[in-house]
Amino acid sequence: MLGLAADRLRADMNRLLAFLFHQGILDEQFLQLQQLQDESSPNFVSEVVNIYFHESEKLLRSLRSLLMDREFSDYNKMGIHLNQFMGSSSSIGANRIRNVCVAFRAASEQNNRAGCLRALELLEHEYCFLKNKLHELFQIEQQRVLAAGVRYPMQNI
Amino acid sequence: MGLKLQQSQHQHHSVAVKVNEQTGTKRGYTFIQANRAWLPKFLLLWVMVMAFLSTWIYKKMDADIKVRRKEVLSSMCDERARMLQDQFSVSVNHVHALAILISTFHYYKNPSAIDQETFAEYTARTAFERPLLSGVAYAERVVHSERGEFEKQHGWTIKTMQREPSPVRDEYAPVILSQETVSYIESLDMMSGEEDRENILRARATGKAVLTSPFRLLGSHHLGVVLTFPVYKSKLPTRPTVEERIEATAGYLGGAFDVESLVENLLGQLAGKQAILVNVYDITNSSDHLIMYGHQNQDGDLALLYESKLDFGDPFRKHTMICRYQQKAPTSWTALTTAFLFFVICLLVGYILYGAAIHIVKVEDDFHEMQELKVRAEAADVAKSQFLATVSHEIRTPMNGILGMLALLLDTDLSSTQRDYAQTAQVCGKALIALINEVLDRAKIEAGKLEMETVPFDLRSILDDVLSLFSEKSRNKGVELAVFVSDKVPEMVMGDPGRFRQIITNLVGNSVKFTERGHIFVKVHLAENTKPVVDAKVETCLNGGSDGGVPISDAHQFKTLSGYEAADERNGWDSFKHLVSYEESRYDASINMTVPGETSQSVTLMVSVEDTGIGIPLIAQDRVFMPFMQADSSTSRNYGGTGIGLSITKCLVELMGGHISFVSRPQVGSTFTFTADFGRCKKASFNDTKKSNTEDLPSSFRGLKAIVVDRKPVRAAVTRYHLKRLGMLAEVAGSVKIAASACGKNGSSCGSKIQPDIILVEKDLWLSVEDGGLSLRMLDWKQNGHAFKLPKMVLLATNITNVELEKAKAAGFVDTVIMKPMRASMVAACLQQVLGIGNKKQAGKDVQNGSLRSLLCGKKILVVDDNMVNRRVAAGALKKFGAAVECAESGKVALKLLQIPHSFDACFMDIQMPEMDGFEATRQIRMMESQANEQMNGGGIDKGFTRKGEWHVPILAMTADVIHATYDECLKCGMDGYVSKPFEEENLYQAVTKFFKV
Repeated sequence: MLGLAADRLRADMNRLLAFLFHQGILDEQFLQLQQLQDESSPNFVSEVVNIYFHESEKLLRSLRSLLMDREFSDYNKMGIHLNQFMGSSSSIGANRIRNVCVAFRAASEQNNRAGCLRALELLEHEYCFLKNKLHELFQIEQQRVLAAGVRYPMQNI
Repeated sequence: MGLKLQQSQHQHHSVAVKVNEQTGTKRGYTFIQANRAWLPKFLLLWVMVMAFLSTWIYKKMDADIKVRRKEVLSSMCDERARMLQDQFSVSVNHVHALAILISTFHYYKNPSAIDQETFAEYTARTAFERPLLSGVAYAERVVHSERGEFEKQHGWTIKTMQREPSPVRDEYAPVILSQETVSYIESLDMMSGEEDRENILRARATGKAVLTSPFRLLGSHHLGVVLTFPVYKSKLPTRPTVEERIEATAGYLGGAFDVESLVENLLGQLAGKQAILVNVYDITNSSDHLIMYGHQNQDGDLALLYESKLDFGDPFRKHTMICRYQQKAPTSWTALTTAFLFFVICLLVGYILYGAAIHIVKVEDDFHEMQELKVRAEAADVAKSQFLATVSHEIRTPMNGILGMLALLLDTDLSSTQRDYAQTAQVCGKALIALINEVLDRAKIEAGKLEMETVPFDLRSILDDVLSLFSEKSRNKGVELAVFVSDKVPEMVMGDPGRFRQIITNLVGNSVKFTERGHIFVKVHLAENTKPVVDAKVETCLNGGSDGGVPISDAHQFKTLSGYEAADERNGWDSFKHLVSYEESRYDASINMTVPGETSQSVTLMVSVEDTGIGIPLIAQDRVFMPFMQADSSTSRNYGGTGIGLSITKCLVELMGGHISFVSRPQVGSTFTFTADFGRCKKASFNDTKKSNTEDLPSSFRGLKAIVVDRKPVRAAVTRYHLKRLGMLAEVAGSVKIAASACGKNGSSCGSKIQPDIILVEKDLWLSVEDGGLSLRMLDWKQNGHAFKLPKMVLLATNITNVELEKAKAAGFVDTVIMKPMRASMVAACLQQVLGIGNKKQAGKDVQNGSLRSLLCGKKILVVDDNMVNRRVAAGALKKFGAAVECAESGKVALKLLQIPHSFDACFMDIQMPEMDGFEATRQIRMMESQANEQMNGGGIDKGFTRKGEWHVPILAMTADVIHATYDECLKCGMDGYVSKPFEEENLYQAVTKFFKV
């Protein structure tokens, strides 16, 4: 029963991953990331992703405050932020966010504030979406690990 | 991706900046260029200056001429004046003498010795002495008181000039003696004429000759002057007063100068009388000049006149001579022409200079324009390559996604159909990537950016690899695929294995595509061997092909690999055999001898790829190597492909220092032949690199003996070549019978030199022989009692059906079937199976993974990246391979950590970081290291560092950018290499192996 649950959870996880890939939300870099996770660092992915969330929220906050500023002119700084965002997004394979970042940066290079605002909205939306989905994924994984953790000792014994 | 975009943006910017710089610095501001607007003004100025100058020249010359003219005039005038004066004074002197004569003979003598007759005769006879005088006459002074007596004495009354009896006066001066020419004035009172009277008074007062002002002479209408001399009765005291003179006066001698005719006469004697006009004036009254000679109103050259003084001996009278030219000064053509020519020449010179300057300006403008265009073209070229790199990257990324997902998919449980589909999709994806790479290659070759590697590689294993790539396809088509490499070709050569593989793949791929039957045969030998081969061919032709060893059962068959006709007969057995036998003899002869040519550095290989496909239509043959050209458009419909392969192949071959050619006959086949230069491999380096580059062939077959049963000699030679590579000794037998008998014979003579361990039988040969016969032979053999070792039977086949397989097993080929195309490693594997020699093999991927782990294990690595996530991921990836990882979040921190001494083995450096980017950080690290090295060398003390050499931390750039320029920049600032971000295993492996020796 428990084994079945683990299998189902694994299938759920795969489905979710497949969905994320299909939608272009994630790309193969995420798989690479998963491959890096092994016994020596069991929580590698979630660790990295959490750092990513942490950093991204900071970046998003500062981006928003930059844009909300009345006499806003610091497109350069925004570009740096966006670069960072893009770099980390491509590192974890958050493909769609990265694409939005590209658009965002293009808008910022043209000093197109309206475009920047639009892109920021979109970015925040995508970010929330990704965050939710990844949280979901990690939850499933945790459950799976728990389920597997229950099962393996039983098998071993 | 983002990073890369920005990078390219940056690059673009830098290109633009470069453009500006170049135009800025290269625009050489020459003098002409700088003053281009002034050029017409310069020209105008020049022309004006020259016009001024030529005018000046003209004026100067004209003035010179005038001066000369004036000098001429003055000299002529003076000459005339002097002559006139001389003549005049001669006449005056003579008149003076006459006066003295009269006083002597008329007054001192009493009675007078002179009468009218004597005087007339004397004067007439001495007239030549006075050429200027028309005549002379003597008038006596008669006072009024004496008038009556005088008149009575002479018998006539004194008359006035008007021929009337003279009125009463104080004094008279009637002419008493006169020359015949002027006899009409006798008895006329000279005192009655105004001029004469004045003259007479003046003459007797001064005692000298005096002249009248000019007037019309009596009797002629010429202008003249009258000269008057006083004649004294008594001798005068030495210093007589005027009164004494008047008292002593006895009479007056006068003569008329006909100045006009005289001067005329005089001038007539002189040259150039026409040239000048002469006027003689009496200027006694300075306000009223009286003309003596010449016309008052003359139309001479009024501008220029010369005045010379005349002295006729009368101090009271002043005369002057004025000369002027008859004509106005002629325009001086010389001066005018000179000036004009000068002006014209200067004008031309100016215009030429102007033209040259304009030309220079134009050329320079064009040059600058061209330069700008060139810069732009170069920028466009860079942009193009960037674009290509970008696009290929952009395509590769999703393709990697697809391939990754497919790999993932293949890992899951799939039904065989699904698996097949997925595998097909994966193969297609790989093909697409290959195509993209090809296009990129083409672009790179065009840009001249393709560099050839020179690394040692094993040619044979590469050929095997390529063949195995196509084995599936060729097997399905039933096309025989074979490779033969001459023994003389060195085992390891220096060159670019990737490119070599590409060439072979292209050619073989083409052949496979266009061949439906027959064979594809790749043959490699030394280029120097071709000549004997050609000779051999002639020889065999002469011999008529009498070859005992090879029975030809089928007259239709050609002596090629598969028996089909090939386009190039040189690859037929006739020549091939010779090559093989030549090699063999050479090989035998030179076993202990160095093969000539081995000492030379390079070796030229000739590779030919022969197929029996559809061939190339004759019309299309000359554009085979042009890019994107296929034989005709139907080709791409039927067979697909872009047509870029052969052009790339040609480029690659040329880069390898060879050339490619082909022989093709439609419906018969094509043979592509190319040569390529490779370096010979040093034995020492050979051993090092052998492991990494070539698959190891098991050595367990060394010394084994085999018999190849094949009727087709070429194919047999190929089989033998593969066996030879495994170290086996192989014999060729034309048929099973021969083989069997050979075995049998050897068997009977038990333990002689050939005891075959393996017999390899070609499938079609075996099929043509009745199976019974063969089995019988086998049975025979077994019964002969070679109990200790039976030769293993191996069937060689290109393709085999299940039925045939069964049959083969039944016939005694229990052992195995080796599927063609043969590869040494595959043959080895099969034979291992047959002979039961164990050899455990590892999967390639594990090997690599393992080696990466072994490379990185225990190494201390610094990862520098400002992005926390990236840092973590990179660290995770490196940790996975067993490295100890430390992180730094900026270039500065990295610098601090890398202060010497430190214990890091390598550093992975992000390029784009705020504050200090990767390039800068690397530069500083390198600076630090070089300082440390200097100190170390300077101190000469090894401070116990375990490092034997100098400080040099390998620094690898981490970049998302794959553009070549970035790589160059990495190297420029002292990095050792770069890895793409995010990490890929192979990429990482390649980068890391460079400096981590196991």
